Amino acid sequence: MLATTYRRPYRVRAAQVPEPVIEHPDDTIVRVTRACICGSDLHLYHGLVPDTRVGSIFGHEFTGIVEEVGNNVRNLKVGDHVLVPFNVFCGTCASCSRELYGNCENVNPEATAVGGAYGYSHTAGGYNGGQAEYVRVPFADIGPTVIPSDIHIEDAVLLTDVVPTGYQAAEMGDIHENDTVVVFGAGPIGLMAARCAWLMGAGRVIVVDQVDYRLDFARRFAQAETVDFREVEDIALHIKKMTDWQGADVCIDAVGCEADGNFMQTLTGVKMKLQAGAATALHWAINSTRRGGNVSIVGVYGPTFNAVPIGSAMNKGLTLRMNQASVKRHLPHLIEHIRAGRLKPRELITHRVPLEEVDEAYHRFSAKQDGCIKTVLIPPHAGRIDTPTPVAKPASAQLH
Amino acid sequence: MNQAIDHSHIPDWGVDLDPAKRPAVPMERTPPRLEGVHWDRPAQQPQTVEVLHSIERPGLTPVFGTSAPPRGLSGWIRRRAFRHSESDLRHWMLLLMADRVNVGEGLLDDVRRSPRARTAAFGVAGAALALWLLRRRQRT
Repeated sequence: MLATTYRRPYRVRAAQVPEPVIEHPDDTIVRVTRACICGSDLHLYHGLVPDTRVGSIFGHEFTGIVEEVGNNVRNLKVGDHVLVPFNVFCGTCASCSRELYGNCENVNPEATAVGGAYGYSHTAGGYNGGQAEYVRVPFADIGPTVIPSDIHIEDAVLLTDVVPTGYQAAEMGDIHENDTVVVFGAGPIGLMAARCAWLMGAGRVIVVDQVDYRLDFARRFAQAETVDFREVEDIALHIKKMTDWQGADVCIDAVGCEADGNFMQTLTGVKMKLQAGAATALHWAINSTRRGGNVSIVGVYGPTFNAVPIGSAMNKGLTLRMNQASVKRHLPHLIEHIRAGRLKPRELITHRVPLEEVDEAYHRFSAKQDGCIKTVLIPPHAGRIDTPTPVAKPASAQLH
Repeated sequence: MNQAIDHSHIPDWGVDLDPAKRPAVPMERTPPRLEGVHWDRPAQQPQTVEVLHSIERPGLTPVFGTSAPPRGLSGWIRRRAFRHSESDLRHWMLLLMADRVNVGEGLLDDVRRSPRARTAAFGVAGAALALWLLRRRQRT
């Protein structure tokens, strides 16, 4: 089968590899219909995630059709069209029993600090990913969700990561009515977090980035105020001035370990690997938040350590909340938002390309060329997919 | 910051204003709202390839990935990395080193598998050898 295989930093290749097989009675094999390239895939692509092995298959955002099921699978059948949350999770461990599906203890032997994720190095469990024609999906009875017939496939594939992660980023900010929310990073997650901040009652939403087309997108997609950090001398000072010298109530780091904007962070974190990436956005978030405010972190960092002003966070009495998104617990609510037209995730998609062109697609996304926000990959045997246009319906009163 | 603000230009503003409507509030929620679980503890996946595990846990997890088992020099380095805990910087630095070695192994693998790359590699090696011999002859 064709799959996106890692070769070296800044190089992936669409290559022929053996098809996956059932390895556990709760597994299923899924024929991928759509897969996305995520901003966090770029950390792998740039060689920043430890234990990223040559030949491993990338991709943790995908939908697909069930091709084969293991002996214990009861809830899925061959032919079901499913969206697969990026978390691999067992449903019964101590973390899963608290709905922390991104922190499952039974799926990643290689790192206790990290849960399981598809196509995200052996540090995340060594699972092959979905930027391929077929993929092995463990715990088929609880992970995959059958795509409702009125949900567009492109909305479905974005429900595997982007929408829940963006929503959870805003949720972890504990936004109150009329709060000022600053989102660092105008990638797909930051844009979705900004949009969700309005749903939670934010009074102002400010998106900070340095890429003109992304800031334009943030103004259109998320109705946010924008700040190009290249145009201000000191972003924390600028945010203070924008907020009557108080600072933002909530700051969201939707950038992670490859932030631009601080020479020393980039030198020591990205170039020299002396820390786990450049924590520039997190540094700015801590310094831009008001006393007693909240910082929400969904940007991905490496497992070692980062230089951040933790003393200021302590002295300001900040609450720092962070986690991988617990995708499954968000899905019913977010599907209702999409049905009602409150969230329109597929508006984030700027590129739809055949899987065969994945190398070029990664390069375009990494170099921020051609207005790229979100790329969807279409495998050669995805088949014809019915893509209904969602019709706005009244939201159900009870979502869970 | 709680002055009156007009949000009429923001569609669906405040629809999730009530924290009770937010699906991950509170962050830890028991019992989980998860349907379809029919095991108390997952069955153990048979091990068919070498899988390294953190020394911060007693053994393999019930389920694990089997992509790209450790092999070659990079695999040797990875095995040594897994002698250290995740709290020990050596664990991660050795893994990053193994990743770089693995890239070299991958390039050699490409050369081995691709006739064109093999021809190019032999060409470069031959040219380098010829240049070395030529310089040696010039010196003598």
